Amino acid sequence: MRLLAGHEEAKILAGGQSLMPMLNLRLARPELLIDINQADQRPPSRTGDLLRLPALTRHRVLLEHDLVRQHCPLLAEAIRHVGNVRVRNRGTIGGSLAHADPTSEIGCCALATQAQVVARGPDGERTVPVSELFAGYWSTTLAESEIITDVLIPVARPRQGGSFLEMVRRTSDFAIVAVAAVVELGERPGEIAAARLALAGVADRVMLADPGPIASTADQDQDLDAAAARIAETLEPASDVHASAAYRRRLARVLIARALRQAAARATGDAR
Amino acid sequence: MNKRQIVLSVNGTDHEVWVFPSATLLDVLHDELGLADVRYGCGEGVCGTCTVLLDGDPVNGCLTLAVQAVGHPVTTMRGLMGPGEVMHPLQECFLRHGASQCGFCTPGMVLTSLDLVRRCVSQGRVRPTRDEIRYALVGNLCRCTGYTKILDAIEEYADQ
Repeated sequence: MRLLAGHEEAKILAGGQSLMPMLNLRLARPELLIDINQADQRPPSRTGDLLRLPALTRHRVLLEHDLVRQHCPLLAEAIRHVGNVRVRNRGTIGGSLAHADPTSEIGCCALATQAQVVARGPDGERTVPVSELFAGYWSTTLAESEIITDVLIPVARPRQGGSFLEMVRRTSDFAIVAVAAVVELGERPGEIAAARLALAGVADRVMLADPGPIASTADQDQDLDAAAARIAETLEPASDVHASAAYRRRLARVLIARALRQAAARATGDAR
Repeated sequence: MNKRQIVLSVNGTDHEVWVFPSATLLDVLHDELGLADVRYGCGEGVCGTCTVLLDGDPVNGCLTLAVQAVGHPVTTMRGLMGPGEVMHPLQECFLRHGASQCGFCTPGMVLTSLDLVRRCVSQGRVRPTRDEIRYALVGNLCRCTGYTKILDAIEEYADQ
């Protein structure tokens, strides 16, 4: 913390799977690197209704840890799409969120699960909802002197289902579009009490989208499709060498509808 | 920035080396210790040619600083070989199947797939499926073989 406060151009080195490529390509030239890998050895834990993932939790741990698989299966599912085995052995959840990549699978899941980060600065700790964390391409609302120490995720409740889907041209590439959906069923049969959606690859940051009310009747399928179409229309993704804006919008529409359906099916226990 | 002396444990031997704190593990292993089986490919963690085992787990040598490996044993492919450069059984399988042509990707392929097979065995399973092998090797690029012979070689090794 002292080093971070004392240097304007300091960067924190966690897993290094994004920062080190930027250094190797000379895209980043920090004055000082602060390696925090020895700073914390805590494993994931559960306190009440919160899953606590220390910032240095490696992707491989997210993929394999029983607490994560049980209480945040969405994250365990999404991590399969992150990098390759070597990247997952080093990359960390805190580093990934702080990097704020607009195609981040982890950021997408953190939004959909209503996660919060604990940020520590010179004046103490504060808790920041992930929905208020991202500020644009690779930037966050954290102060230069703040560091993420923990990620807190509400544990999955009964009658709740999640789904993570993404489109890539080659496995392990950055997502062209990714969607994380969480659906909670209500009391009445088939009733969807709440649905949360997060999208990656369609803006300058990972973002939440509101699917709106969804009918519990036979019209539900139509409602899901309509919600997907409505959200897709509001998106203004960029065109780049990987995909056009129109293709991204089309992908978002298809993936949102599929993800909502799969999440709802999992919530009812129909499918894994 | 000044060089500092560190001790790296590589393939069972401690090496005292002078390194810049900014030097990658890949650069030190290849340039300082002369380990030609750790290779610079992309510098972004995508191609897998700089794969080494750190504490037994595959990592990118190009995305790890040498100073971060202090106190953590490093294994390169050469470290799998027995006395007198006797090949590891997995290397024998690669040779038998023609799974290595120009050879640039081979150390990364061998270390990554060895980790996969070991993990499978530690979970009490017989061998990984072909799809699991493909998934584990997604970050190891080969421009010669077309991968089929590599998969065959790994399957044969897993069967042993």
